[in-house]
Amino acid sequence: MQGNCVIGEAAIRAGCCFYAGYPITPQNELTEYMAENLRKADGGVFIQSESEIAAINMIAGASAAGARAMTSSSSPGISLKQEGISSMAACELPGVIVNMMRGGPGLGNIRPSQGDYFQATRGGGHGDYRTIVLAPATGQELADLTMDAFDLADKYRTPVMILADGMMGQMMEPVVFRKPKPRQYPDCYVLKGAGDGKSKFIRGLILDAIEMEEHNWKLARKYNLISRQETRCEIHEAKDAEMMIVAYGTAARVAKGAIRRLRGMDLKVGLFRPISLWPFPTRELRELSEHIKHFIVFEMSTGQMLDDVRLALQGFANIDFFGRPGGVVPTPAELSNVVSRRYPQKDAYVDRFLRFKVVEGPFGP
Amino acid sequence: MKKIFGRPRSLKAAPYHYCPGCGHSIVHRLVAEVIDEMDMRGSSIGVPPAGCAVLAYFYFDIDMIEAPHGRGPALATGVKRVLPKHLVFSYQGDGDLAAIGTAESFHAANRGENITIIFINNAVYGMTGGQMAPTTILGQKTTTSPPGRTPLLDGYPVRISEILAQLRGSAYIERCAVNSPAAVMKTKRSIRKAFQYQMDNRGFSMVEILSPCPTNWKMSAVDACKWIDEVMTKEFPLGVLKDIGAKEAGKEKQS
Repeated sequence: MQGNCVIGEAAIRAGCCFYAGYPITPQNELTEYMAENLRKADGGVFIQSESEIAAINMIAGASAAGARAMTSSSSPGISLKQEGISSMAACELPGVIVNMMRGGPGLGNIRPSQGDYFQATRGGGHGDYRTIVLAPATGQELADLTMDAFDLADKYRTPVMILADGMMGQMMEPVVFRKPKPRQYPDCYVLKGAGDGKSKFIRGLILDAIEMEEHNWKLARKYNLISRQETRCEIHEAKDAEMMIVAYGTAARVAKGAIRRLRGMDLKVGLFRPISLWPFPTRELRELSEHIKHFIVFEMSTGQMLDDVRLALQGFANIDFFGRPGGVVPTPAELSNVVSRRYPQKDAYVDRFLRFKVVEGPFGP
Repeated sequence: MKKIFGRPRSLKAAPYHYCPGCGHSIVHRLVAEVIDEMDMRGSSIGVPPAGCAVLAYFYFDIDMIEAPHGRGPALATGVKRVLPKHLVFSYQGDGDLAAIGTAESFHAANRGENITIIFINNAVYGMTGGQMAPTTILGQKTTTSPPGRTPLLDGYPVRISEILAQLRGSAYIERCAVNSPAAVMKTKRSIRKAFQYQMDNRGFSMVEILSPCPTNWKMSAVDACKWIDEVMTKEFPLGVLKDIGAKEAGKEKQS
């Protein structure tokens, strides 16, 4: 199944009954999938909105009214949605936003890229907030993480972003859809009319500074809780590794290919793949640095996740970087060449490019 | 003893923060009275805007969700599609509806979205201190059109109701005012009709209300009411701009 459609199907199975979106490449198949299939579902609502801004506000309304709601777009469209994402974070409304990243800045191009890392993990819109960001790297993960995104959004009452790229969206892979968890979302947060009781309101505007400060601290406590509880990562071939590639999403797939080649050259390289980009798996990465001292960050950007890796490892390990921005997807061969050249030289007598040990070194292996 | 006048159930017992002579408080009351009369308090959801009426949720005793500036119709669309049997209305000012949120209001009307917009037109941005609005009258002095609005530099006042009435999705659009007791009663009937159209699933409805803003017009409350009659209604004539119900009734008569 194609990546974009996997997200759509997983969302519908997870109980998403409201989708609003605006066409933008490379994620149109998702919008089309929802148009075709969500309308068939019982109570399913699909709206092709007049703009990205309208779409995010429609899902905010649907979410407030108690529906599991989703919108999707690609980089320039996600910039437009930021007003609404900030507002949903302020109003503590759950919702899922899919960003199939493309080359930027500006209109950029429609090739796969990872240039929106900062925007996604630093909140993106104005104000003091964060969004949970999940970065799938396989078709199966597109399905699983989409379902998880809805659960996390409900659990913490906050917008959650699926951050992938044009490659993930266009690629086809076999997928098994797991059974979704039943939704747990307290009724007290849902607007459905006051009935005979007290009315409620949902707002983000708090004019009193002290009250607003308290709201900010409340959100901050929630974000701290998320940081402690919701980090996810994959650690691959780390046991004997002397060097780790740190990469997510499509870049991590390329890295796995490169690692197979590097291992063939007797270079002990592993992969650290953050799955949650915010919260970033800082603790897990630092634990690795207890026995691995060389890390190379590989991104399809000029170096954004690099900052988070530095925050985790600065002073604990050597940090190197390789990136290709602008919609270029490097091949595993290219990455393995780069990594092999930067592989830590431990032993002056070993010529690793010949895959041939000349002499046992005087200082031991 | 029979109670003949009281605070509507759909209004909280809270004093308004609005300036003396402002039209918002009158319109709030009218909307609340209509909701009560229709017995819809328990299943109404209001969407207040960014602007003077942003704190409407402190006054209305119904469920409400605040919209970012201009996005009320999109947000109300989301709510209404999930709760199609509820009364859903967006309460917006002229800047919110006819400038930053033009796309949202235009397309909500065009989709025939089954919501109602209560549109307060006071020809200025009230909350931010009286800047020029899309509905500012030609020659009207504001803080961002100090010599008066000129078409050459500032363009023309937007008659957004006439524009939305052109769209096939809109069912009922009327322009009213709240500058005299008679006008207030007429406005209330119009709001009632708009809400009734919504509950009958007839499509998009909007009531534009010419509303005094004495503070930013720099007039007394009485002069502000006069100014609506003497100046504003020349640019924005009162009356029904669209009513598919009347049209249908007319057709029936003919045939």
